[in-house]
Amino acid sequence: MDYAIEVQNLNKTFGALHAVRDISFTVSRGEVLGFLGPNGAGKSTTMKMIAGFLEPSDGRVAVCGFDVSQFPLEVKKRIGYLPEGAPSYGEMTTLAFLRFIAEVRGVPASEREQRIMDSIRMINLESVIDQRIETLSKGFKRRVGLAQAILHDPEVLILDEPTDGLDPNQKHEVRLLINKMAQNKAIIISTHILEEVDALCSRAVIIAKGQVMFDGTPAELQSRSRVHNAVSISLNTTDDAGVVEQICNTLQALDCVHSLEQQTTENGVTRLLILPLNGVSIIQPISEQVHSHDWPVGEIRIEAGRLDDVFRSITTGGDVVQSEVLS
Amino acid sequence: MNNTLAIFKRELGAYFSTPVAYVFIVIFLFLTGIFTFYMGNFYERNQADLEPFFGFHPWLYLFLIPAISMRLWSEERKTGTVELLMTLPVSLGEAVAGKFLAAWCFTAIALALTFPIWITVNYLGNPDNTVILAGYIGSLLMAGGFLSIGSCISALTKNQVIAFVISVVICFLFILSGFPLVIDFFSSWAPQAIVNVISSFSFLTHFESIKKGVIDIRDLVFFASLIAFWLYANVLVIDLKKAS
Repeated sequence: MDYAIEVQNLNKTFGALHAVRDISFTVSRGEVLGFLGPNGAGKSTTMKMIAGFLEPSDGRVAVCGFDVSQFPLEVKKRIGYLPEGAPSYGEMTTLAFLRFIAEVRGVPASEREQRIMDSIRMINLESVIDQRIETLSKGFKRRVGLAQAILHDPEVLILDEPTDGLDPNQKHEVRLLINKMAQNKAIIISTHILEEVDALCSRAVIIAKGQVMFDGTPAELQSRSRVHNAVSISLNTTDDAGVVEQICNTLQALDCVHSLEQQTTENGVTRLLILPLNGVSIIQPISEQVHSHDWPVGEIRIEAGRLDDVFRSITTGGDVVQSEVLS
Repeated sequence: MNNTLAIFKRELGAYFSTPVAYVFIVIFLFLTGIFTFYMGNFYERNQADLEPFFGFHPWLYLFLIPAISMRLWSEERKTGTVELLMTLPVSLGEAVAGKFLAAWCFTAIALALTFPIWITVNYLGNPDNTVILAGYIGSLLMAGGFLSIGSCISALTKNQVIAFVISVVICFLFILSGFPLVIDFFSSWAPQAIVNVISSFSFLTHFESIKKGVIDIRDLVFFASLIAFWLYANVLVIDLKKAS
């Protein structure tokens, strides 16, 4: 029952626009919730309501047991929030900005400098502490926003696109940081980057058109993929001798195989994608066949499942779009 | 209280970390000088007082105060920092008060920098310095009134130019309502009570009496309640507008 974040039947309307419809989920300490969805799905709006910036039209948000509408200040004290676009006061230096935040956050004066230096070190901001924020690059601005969010060591972190605008190295650093903090905090991050869900999140929630379409682990998300547990093999032969056709027929005859896709590439290599029936693991029977028939197999690989396919199918509501695994 | 202080410090620092503060102060001092000595005939009057100096303050403030107040909230809304500020453990009232006080303190600094004029008049003659002090207090109160209007208006829009123009218009109405032109227009047909109400809303009426050295409690209450009213409206406007 001791959830750090509890969202119940949350609704938000802006005039005629129903931006968030009946969203419910919970986040416990130690969990990193990945908040996914296409642009305009209501991710930021939901996060703004949890952070206490927007009033919900209906429903309830509780953070560490405090209702956001009734005890906004108690909630805000416990949250570190990185708003969308990481806004900050451009005319201030990084250090002055963090001092301001520390003061308003009520960090005791005796610990203030220490905390500020700690978060500067954690986010690698040492090189820009005396620069005005408006002169910083997009990546540094984002990191100043992150530093501001973790400054008071909050129980709950809400990060709206924390890695947006960062280069791959910086993304990696931020992910390490979030992983490190994940043990004793409840964290919600929103992102467009699906690999991030795999790398960071213990749970993923996908919303589209303001509704929750999926709530589960990244592994469950992957298992929804059409090619989940599919096996792709490449044969060092072309089809002229009828070998490939023979192989296809043999594989198709296996009980566990649902269907087979074939594509011949130019360099004398034929690639096959074998889709399993009901998503079961089929590597065992296939490798047995490969060995017993001594097929000219160059490579054999299990497909984990395509997150972007799943994402598309969930958010557009259609069937899984034909994947491009073979190409 | 601590939060108000932190926001106050940040906001006041923001004025001085951009050229705004220096440009404003230089123009303010330059214009007060011109108005006092050329248009106010400071020397020709042969009187040891600062009447011509204070007399032009309402008109100076009409354009200069909205220039200070226009960025207070519209910039926060434009850059999105209002979201940051409103998700810090700060109440709206504390934020509005902190920002308003910073702007007010800034005008006080500009006003204090007119001290050479006070030295001049003391050097040339023997003015009644309590009247001059009253003039300064009245001027500062009036500036607070203008600022509270400007602060509220700047919360209405992301565009600083719009905030400036609307603030000037509303401030102008508050000055005009005490003008003979307006008073005469109403007194020809409206009952005296209504005329009194209209003229009592004028900054000029209240400033005039303070300027003469008479600090009446009614004038103080007028400015205090005017500031309180507009700042309260400011809080409501931010609460309503922050979503859009």
